[in-house]
Amino acid sequence: MRIGDFKATYRHDEALFDTPVQRAWLAALALALVAFPFVAGSYYVYLACLLGIHLVSATGLNIVTGYTGLISLGQAAFMGVGCYTVAVAAKAGVPFWLALPLAGAVSAAVGLVVGIPSLRIKGLYFAVATLAAQFVLGFVFREWESVTGGVRGANVPAAALGGFELSGEQRLYFVIVPIAAVGLLAARNLFRTRVGRAFIAIRDRDISAEVLGISLFRYKLAAFAIGSFYAGVAGGLWGYFLRVATPEVFGFGQSIFYLAAIIVGGLGSILGTILGATFMTLVPEVLRAAVGWIEAAGVADAGVYLAAVREVVFGLLILGFLVFEPHGLAEVWRRTRRFFHLWPFRT
Amino acid sequence: MDWPLFLEFSLVGLLSGGLLALIALGFVLVYKGTRVINFAMGEFMMLGAYVYWTCAVPLELPWWAALAITLAAIGLLAAAVERFVLRPLAGQPVISIVMATIGLAAVLHGAAEGIWGGQNLALPELLPRKPLILGELLLPGQVLWSFALAVALIAAFTAYFRLSKGGVAMRAAASDPVTAYAMGIDVRRTQRLTWVFAGVTGAVAGIIVASMTSLSPSLGAVALGVLAVIILGGLDSVAGAIVGGLAVGWLEAVTVGYFGGQARDVVPYLVVLAILMVRPYGVFGTRDIERL
Repeated sequence: MRIGDFKATYRHDEALFDTPVQRAWLAALALALVAFPFVAGSYYVYLACLLGIHLVSATGLNIVTGYTGLISLGQAAFMGVGCYTVAVAAKAGVPFWLALPLAGAVSAAVGLVVGIPSLRIKGLYFAVATLAAQFVLGFVFREWESVTGGVRGANVPAAALGGFELSGEQRLYFVIVPIAAVGLLAARNLFRTRVGRAFIAIRDRDISAEVLGISLFRYKLAAFAIGSFYAGVAGGLWGYFLRVATPEVFGFGQSIFYLAAIIVGGLGSILGTILGATFMTLVPEVLRAAVGWIEAAGVADAGVYLAAVREVVFGLLILGFLVFEPHGLAEVWRRTRRFFHLWPFRT
Repeated sequence: MDWPLFLEFSLVGLLSGGLLALIALGFVLVYKGTRVINFAMGEFMMLGAYVYWTCAVPLELPWWAALAITLAAIGLLAAAVERFVLRPLAGQPVISIVMATIGLAAVLHGAAEGIWGGQNLALPELLPRKPLILGELLLPGQVLWSFALAVALIAAFTAYFRLSKGGVAMRAAASDPVTAYAMGIDVRRTQRLTWVFAGVTGAVAGIIVASMTSLSPSLGAVALGVLAVIILGGLDSVAGAIVGGLAVGWLEAVTVGYFGGQARDVVPYLVVLAILMVRPYGVFGTRDIERL
């Protein structure tokens, strides 16, 4: 049971990590994250890097969809914009610590172009506009051969710090994980500020928000630009991690992946983003392992169905969580925590 | 300016727009009834075509039997979707329902890929190929017949909505469910019927599209292009669906004729973005008061 938890100043009340116990756990987590690549196998470090990239992108999408209430069906396309920007910039010699923010900025600019016409009207029009943007950008990725390399894709030179080349999951882990951590903290902090609270107000009751003086169009545009910035950075990291930018990986299916991640994790919650992204990164691995067991048990060619089963599982996850647990895994965690905080009293 | 060529492109475009209008009708029905854009419409089309193929090719049933079975199956699927996916989510914010249709689309797409595989299949020929020759213009037979079928179906639906008791009940339930309940209309049954109609429309359109091109799990992507039609025409207007379908069909044909086949994929989406900038409620849509 949580006792002795009282705050004397506003600053302490607003703190993100308020109790010493919480801070201790956070320090332990930081130590574990630093030690992880030295103790785990390289496949798990690879998964961790992939998870970091998914975290950044899912955070951006949660800011747009979970906190501001704008359905975005084009997150993967904006990641693609960031990835191709990094490919072009790195080839032109721009160092990676400059290319990543540049990728985010270009993505945010494209987001502004898509958002300015479509955010003026309420309702599902924005979702349709992001869907249109997804397919138009996909077309651009495939056809603008001089810049993007067309269907073959573009190669991304390795990131480098001075002469020290950052390639391979061991080294990139120490780039991706800090960036993901900073991104998550920045997002969590955003919703302590006026801008973030404006986003939440827009989602909850936009007429009241407008009455209170929040310019709906400007703040919605800001939310979408921030979300696209995160997507661009995630795409840039993807480029440096996988060393190639191709059109297929940034398609509509990948946008659904990120939507599923934030629905499963919990809309409007940073913890939800973490839980959802982790869950969705592990689901394909679990499915692959399951197919491996089924094949070992004698059913040949089960692997052919892997892609189809994965898609069905994603869809069922979205449907299942929407119907049974609309606030996602974060709500499950909150309920568990409340149970133990209030014990022996009942909730 | 080669006028006969332009005229031919235009006519072919308008004719293929009839099919787009039919698919748009399915979208508009669901939106009018439940305020939801059904992102799983393409998957209804695709499944209709697959069920028809299964009846016609491996089972070798005559076309009318295959069609009847397909319509029954897809109608049943649509009713099941309404009962088990949408009814539990009634009253949730629109964002949840839209994402539910997206999740449903993923489930149906994966299921089709798992059951029938990813390769292209061929449907037996349904529409006569004999072209119509008007002076210098050649209009392909399949496009003509698909237009005729689409017109017949849209006319049948419009007559049903205007003239029959059931149709008026559907329109009443769509515009004001509470008053409809008070008048004794079973709103839940009309909503289920709305979805069944949308499913059946999609299935017929899917069969026609698959018979004109080939059948693969990506058939549903056509429906995403039809979003341009309903944005242009207005999300809740049947007349808008017709006009929008003809317009987008014409635009697609002319663009593909002059710029090549690659443009077909992207034209509808550029149309969407353009319309949203200029006239977001579409040509015939009801103008909601809320605008920023």
